[in-house]
This record gives sequence, structure tokens and C-alpha cells, in this order.
Amino acid sequence: MYSSISESGTDMLVIKDPHSIRIHSLETFGTHDGPGIRMVVFVQGCQFRCLYCQNPDTLSMAGGTLVSIDELVRRAINQKTYFGNKGGVTVSGGEPLLQRTKLITFFKELHDNNINTCLDSNGRLLDDDVKELLSHADLLLLDVKHINDEWHHKLTGVSNKPTLRLAEYCESIGQRMWLRYVLVPGWSDQPEFLLEWAQHFENYKTIEKVEIIPYHKLGVHKWELLGMPYQLSETKVPSTEIKEMALNIFQQHFSNVILK
Amino acid sequence: MNTEVQPKEFVKGAWNITIDPADFVQKNIRPYEGDAAFLEGPTDRTLHVWKAAQLALREERINKGCRAIDTEVISNITSHKPGYIRRDDEIIVGLQTDEILKRAMKPFGGMKLVQGAVEERGLEVSKRVLDIFNYARSHNQAVFDAYDSEIRAYRSNHVLTGLPDNYARGRIIGDFRRMALYGAAQLIEAKKMDFAHVGGEMTEHKVRLREELSQQIAALKDMITMAGSYGIDITHPAQNAYEAVQWTYIAYLAAVKEQDGAAMSLGNVSSFLDIYIERDLETGLITEAEAQELIDQFVMKLRLVRHLRPASYDEIFGGDPTWVTESIGGQLHDGRTKVTKTSFRFLQTLYNLGPAPEPNLTVLWSNDLPEGFKKFCAQVSIDTSSVQYENDDLMRKVRGSDDYGIACCVSYQPIGKRIQHFGARANLPKALLIALNEGREEEKGTLIINGIAAVPDGALDYDTVMCRFKYALSQLARVYAKAMYIIHYMHDKYYYERAQMAVVDTDPGIDIAYGAAGISIIADSLSAIKYAKVIPIRNDKGLTTDFKIEGDYPKYGNDDDRVDSIAQEITSFFINELRRHDTYKDAIPTLSLLTITSNVMYGKNTGATPDCRKAGESFAPGANPMHGRDCTGAIASLNSVSKLNYEDAQDGISNTFSMVPKSLGSTREDQIDNLVATMGGYFGRGAHHLNVNVLNRETLMDAYENPEKYPQLTIRVSGYAVNFVRLSKAHQLEVIARTFHENM
Repeated sequence: MYSSISESGTDMLVIKDPHSIRIHSLETFGTHDGPGIRMVVFVQGCQFRCLYCQNPDTLSMAGGTLVSIDELVRRAINQKTYFGNKGGVTVSGGEPLLQRTKLITFFKELHDNNINTCLDSNGRLLDDDVKELLSHADLLLLDVKHINDEWHHKLTGVSNKPTLRLAEYCESIGQRMWLRYVLVPGWSDQPEFLLEWAQHFENYKTIEKVEIIPYHKLGVHKWELLGMPYQLSETKVPSTEIKEMALNIFQQHFSNVILK
Repeated sequence: MNTEVQPKEFVKGAWNITIDPADFVQKNIRPYEGDAAFLEGPTDRTLHVWKAAQLALREERINKGCRAIDTEVISNITSHKPGYIRRDDEIIVGLQTDEILKRAMKPFGGMKLVQGAVEERGLEVSKRVLDIFNYARSHNQAVFDAYDSEIRAYRSNHVLTGLPDNYARGRIIGDFRRMALYGAAQLIEAKKMDFAHVGGEMTEHKVRLREELSQQIAALKDMITMAGSYGIDITHPAQNAYEAVQWTYIAYLAAVKEQDGAAMSLGNVSSFLDIYIERDLETGLITEAEAQELIDQFVMKLRLVRHLRPASYDEIFGGDPTWVTESIGGQLHDGRTKVTKTSFRFLQTLYNLGPAPEPNLTVLWSNDLPEGFKKFCAQVSIDTSSVQYENDDLMRKVRGSDDYGIACCVSYQPIGKRIQHFGARANLPKALLIALNEGREEEKGTLIINGIAAVPDGALDYDTVMCRFKYALSQLARVYAKAMYIIHYMHDKYYYERAQMAVVDTDPGIDIAYGAAGISIIADSLSAIKYAKVIPIRNDKGLTTDFKIEGDYPKYGNDDDRVDSIAQEITSFFINELRRHDTYKDAIPTLSLLTITSNVMYGKNTGATPDCRKAGESFAPGANPMHGRDCTGAIASLNSVSKLNYEDAQDGISNTFSMVPKSLGSTREDQIDNLVATMGGYFGRGAHHLNVNVLNRETLMDAYENPEKYPQLTIRVSGYAVNFVRLSKAHQLEVIARTFHENM
């Protein structure tokens, strides 16, 4: 059902070509992945197999283009005037943590140029490199896709425990976070789990914002192109009622909730 | 109105000794650093007048864009009886003719054109007027008498297009503030003094100047008469805010009664008028609602300005634009902002009366503008897509004045101090094809430029092509300069802008504004030749019909220096070629990268180009990247355009930018902040101009199918805004095909 997750593939992403990042694409006018206007680097490769993935073409460890860190830094500097005091660079994906050592170099260089850094991750890894990378990230956008491990498995192919551990670690070191939650009818809109999700995080002091991202179908054609079966073809986008319901539950536990 | 209260005296200065509204503004302006919370909605009176105007606008739309034509009278300042929309509720009065949206004949630009426009509508020009032109000459006739075969060849083969040789040149902005500040009597006295100073031995220059001054004085006298017909005495300076607005409008109205130039811009009146409004507010003469009413009613009149145009005109200037450009904001040299509450009030008209293309509201953007104003501008752009932005920090520094307006679309003009002669534009891709075809036009094979050797067979070599292309550009510049000299000489002679010039300094400096179209095609074509393999496909006459490209190449619009530098190099080369030639009245050459809507027509008349653009396909507008080739996001696209050097294109570098609302951010607050940051970033890099559209493509497609649903849908095209539904279907499709920046 899922294409197999090759561990050797993920190792290669970290080790090979230390001065280049394997990217899927670049968005120079990102306004949805972190504060302000951001250059968003979508990296290639992910271990999650989320059924609703809008960028299935980023999943493979082998695809994408190698772009040197120098080139990415140069581009970010060219964009600096647009960043103002809020914007900067976001690395999203794919899963950025798979290229953590390279991103350490990238983020350090961005900081040397006074450019704000943001990491958008599913949080599946937590080793020393990830910890170092987090120390160079001004903001973490953490996707916690389901609070129930069984459902998380069904939805993403993996357990949610590593992600929750990473969240806990971030709370312990005071890492600023925005949590993101993709709202999929029939999959992640159960009121009891939304409540459990909210209760799990409500006392976190590092969470500045919670973003609810309603499930959409914009990526479906990519699954077709890749010849991959899309299992949510029967799933509808969430109704206004469902969105309001989720918003209400979250708003009772967090002061800053955005329905995107 | 309470007349008991004595108005406060204005701060005196140089403006009391010479005609100098800039000094008056500088001495008396009250900069406003706050937000938009003070603004008021429309008054009942305004709504009544606007409702009547909307009915007339609907009639105009239904009647294929022209409500009525006066076929009897040659229009001038005093030719028509007063006209009203709804007299009892009109605060600011004056129409071009005796009836709303009735167009007038102004045949001195070209009688044939006027006749054509009238006959297309199934009407006839009166015998009397036709007979007059059996004796009188028009600009158009005179220009063609002086053209040579070379100019004609460039013109008929679409190398030079849109030349103002059969219509009025426009682009001269009168300093209409002068009428309010001084009144007509003092202005006449000042011009008489100028006349007295033209003494000594006569020269051609002096004789011409004397004739011009006499015409200007006559125009001022006619303005007094025209105002008198509305019961207004403009001989004395305006005493209050109402008079300041009305006097200013009378001077502008005189200009558009007599001239039908392509662009008849207004200048920078808002912060000038603010001084009177602030004074009246302070003394309690008016309320904020009444202040807004003055501006709403003034702007309403500006929205109703019309000129008689033939259908063919629509190809180069689609959507019936008039370019009543009003420049808002900017900074003074001394560091204070020129933003006043009336800057806000002008933008507020887009809410009070709904979105509209005219007046062409242009924000002079400085990164030092007050934050409250920046945010309001961004909000208005998001809500209406009716505003354009130009880099005040850049223009003030490079050009020098802090009292300037924008002529037409994007062109700097110090108000009342310098004027501009308009020069349409050259088709650069056509010149490239001529260079690749031994000097022949690519479709018919007509020889345009002598002495260009054939390019060797096989893949094109960059240096060989560049060398031939530059030679073609140098010849193009020579012929272009020659045509412009003739056009402006004849325009002065047969269709002199006496009304505008009456409120401009005597014998002002002049910029001659050349233009170029297709810079993105040139950059991509030359980049393809340099970085990929481009093989011309030729027909039996040896003319290129298409190009085969092997491999990929960097494309303009992606912040890639390899190709962006080509665009810079060619722009710089072309203006330097233009600077080598003589100009009429010693005007200083400037260049614009601007197409208006002629990018569609240019495309239609230009064969396939080496960047894989097919024959007939539209050019990108202005300095924009080609549709869909800017594929690394909005900022990369903006960055490529920002690299073009303003020093090389001081008439303006137009960039039209369309984005879907959601791509600006998910909340309204984010959208506003991000648009402010976008402009801060773009202009911070020294870019010149940005049209901002915030729209969904689906809205435009729906408007294309169901125009009646969208009477006020406004969109920025290339240096101006139009009612989308009044564009031709071809132009509508081109707008829909443009890159919409999305980042979902």
C-alpha cells in the first residue's frame, strides 16, 4: 500500500553532497508557512506517507534537484528587502529533518546575514543534529497530524510518538512553535480527539499559534501523475460546520487559533 | 456657509512673489501620520449625483462605449454651454460638453481620425466643420507632409507603432493648482510680463515663444468666460476649500475641453487642496463629511472625462483610458511626508463611489511614508485593484524634484516646471527579427535596414546576433528620433496645448519620452541563443518563420543574473543610441519600458521569436516577464524587473503584478502587512513602478462571460487601470493569460 521507506535512502540525504540541499522547489513569495513574506524551500524526501499529502512528488528520497547552500543563501539575501521585520526563510517539504546536517549550515549562514529562519516539520526525528538545528531555528512549525496513535498510523503510516517527544523537547528548551493541524473529514475531525489534542498542548508555553488547515484536493492530480493510488478520493473538503467545530474546540484551549 | 469667521492667513514665502505652488505647499502643508479612521462615507448629495452618473455610464456601456457625440461643434474652452448631471446636488460643476458623457470633436490632431470615429458610430460630421478643414490644416496632415519613405516604412511595418502622428500627443500636465492659488487675473499678468521679457533681436525661438504666450493668455481669458457661464468668477484666488477644488477643476476642464491627448493627467493636487480643507475644518467652515464630499464630487467629474476615439485606437490604448493621473503621497526633500488627510480622501473615493479606473490614482511610494498610509494603500489595493505605485525615493533622488506628478502611466514630470513630449514606442523583437533576416521584415520580406549581412546557417551564435541586433537598434533609434522631431514640431504648430501651457512656466524644459516594447522577449531570445541551441527555420524566401530550441536556458523573471543582465544591457544600449540624435526644442531623451495595451497588437504583428514565442502571440506588458515564464514565485519575478536601471529608462519601467488574494496571506491583516512588505522590498531594491492587482482569475473569467455582472470591475493593465468589461475580448484574454502569483 505504501511505497517502502528506505532507511538507507534517508541516510544518503544527510550524508551525500554536504554543500547542497536536495530540493523539490522554491517559492519566493511564501505567505502561508510562517510569519511575513518568506522564501520557502521545499525539500525532497519524506518518511511520512500522509494519505492527503498535497505534494506526493516530494516523498521520494531520490527525486528533486540538488541546489548548493551558497545559491540558496544568495537568493535569500536577494529577497531580504521584502522580509521586513517578520519574514525570512522557511524550510518545508518533504521533511526537512532528513537533511538536518545541511540545514544547520544553511540556517547558520542565514543567521549570519540576519535572516529569520523557520522550520516546518513533522518532527519525527530527535537526535543531536536535530537539536542543533533547532537551536538555529527562530520558529518551528510542527505538524501534529493526529493525537491518537492508531489514527496517526492510519493517516500517515507512522507513529505519532516521536513527534510528541520532539514537541516536549521544544517545550523544555523554550523553542517557539506554531502547531499545525490538517483537518480531514472522517480522519482527523473527531471531536473527542480534537479535544484530546488541545488538552495535550494547552499548557505549553512555547506555542504562539495554532493553525487549522482544512483538507483540500489541490494535490490530487499529482498522485495521478505519479501513478499512485489516492485513497481519499471519496473524502470531501470539510464543511463550514466541521471547520467551526474544530475552531471552537481549539479556541477554548489556545488564545491564538487561525483557520486557514 | 458661515462667512463671519476670518480665515487664517497662509504662511508667506516665495509663492507670494513668483508663481510657485510648490513653495506654497511646502510652507503650508500639514502632514498626516495617522490612520484611516477619520474618513467619512459619501453624503446623500454625492450619492444622488453619482446615481445619475451611473445611469449615463450604463447607457454608454450599452451603446458600445459611446453615449453621444456632438457632431456640430469644434470643441474648445468656450464652445459649449454649461452642462450638469443633477444641478441641485452638484457641488463641483463643469462638464466637457453641455451633456454628461457627450463626446466632442477636437479635430486639430487629425481631422480624418475624428471623421472616422464619428462615422463608425453611424453619424456624420457637420458640413460646416468638414468645410473648415478644406482650409485649415491638422497636425496629422502636416506630419505626413514631412515624413520620408524611411519613416513610413518603419511605421507601416510595425517597427515603430502608436506614434502620436494622427492623434494628440497628450502628456503635458498643467499646474492646475495655479488657478486656485492665484486666480486667472494674476496668471494673465504674469504671462504678460513674460511676454515683455522676450525682447531684443528676433529669432525663430523668440517669435514662437511670443505666439505661444499670446495663445496662453487667450486661453486664460477663455477660462474666465467658461467659468462665468457656470456662475463662477475665477479671476481672484480661491478663498476656501470649495473654491480651491472648483478653480482647480475649471483649469483642468479647460484642458480637456480643448485637447484630447492620449493622456491628460491632473498632477498632484491632493495635498495642495488639503491645505485649504484643513484651514476650513479648523475654522469650522466645513465638516469632515463636507470635505470628503468635495473630493468625491471632484473625483466623480474626473471619472466622466471622455474623448472621441476611433475603434482602431483601442488596439494601442484599450478600454478608453483618459489617464487623469493624480499622484498621491511621496516625501519632501526636507524629510517630511507629503501624505495629508486628503491623500486618504482621494483613495476613499474608491469606497464611496466604488472602484474605477479613473482618475488613475498613483501612490508615490517612499519607504519613509507613514505606516498608517502604507497600510491604507495596501488595503485599498486588495479591495479595488485600482491603485498603482511608483518609487518616490528613486525619482526624487535621480530626477531631483519633490513636487512632481506622473504623466500618463508612469512618467515623472515636475509640475509646472517641465513638460513632456510623448513618443509611443519601438518594437524591439521586430528589430531583432530584422537583424536575423538581412535587414528585412520577417513576414513580407520588405527591406527595412540596409547593410545587415546574413547570419550563417545552423545554430545562432550569440556574438554574431548581438552585433547585428545592436546595429539594427542604432538605425531604429535614428529613424525614431527623426519621426519624433517632426511630430512634435507639427503638434506645436497645429495643435498647441495653450490651456495646459497657460499654467506651466514659460518656455519650460522638455523631456522627449521614447518607448520600447518587448524587453522580456529580447532578454529570453538572446538568453536562449547564448545558453541553449537555437536554430532558425526559414521559408523559401530565406525568412525566419520559426525557431527550434534544443536545451534549456535562463528566463527573465526568475532573478537570474545571466538573463536579467541582457535586459539591462539592451535597455542601456538603446537609450544611449537615442541620446545621440537631435531633438525638437532641445528636449532631453528618456525611455520607457511600457506598452499600454499595445503588447497585444505588437504581438499580432510580430513573427516567431527565438525564445519560442509563436508568431502573433502577445508580448508581455511593459517590463513584465513573459506570461508563465516567471516560475519561481512573485519575488523572483519582481527582482528581475527591479534590476532594470532607472537611469536608463527614466520615463518609467512598468511592471504589472497580479496575485490571488489568498496568496497574500490567510488573514486580512496578514494580507495588508504582506503587501506593504512586498512594496517595501521591491522599491527598496530601486525598482520604479508597480501595478497591483489582487484578484482571482475566476472572477475575470466570469466577467469575460458575463460582463453585465461587473460594471465596475477594475484592473490595472500597464500603467493605467481599466474597467475590465470595456476591454476588447482579445485584451481580456491576454489579461487572463498573465501570470497570477499563487502559492497555495
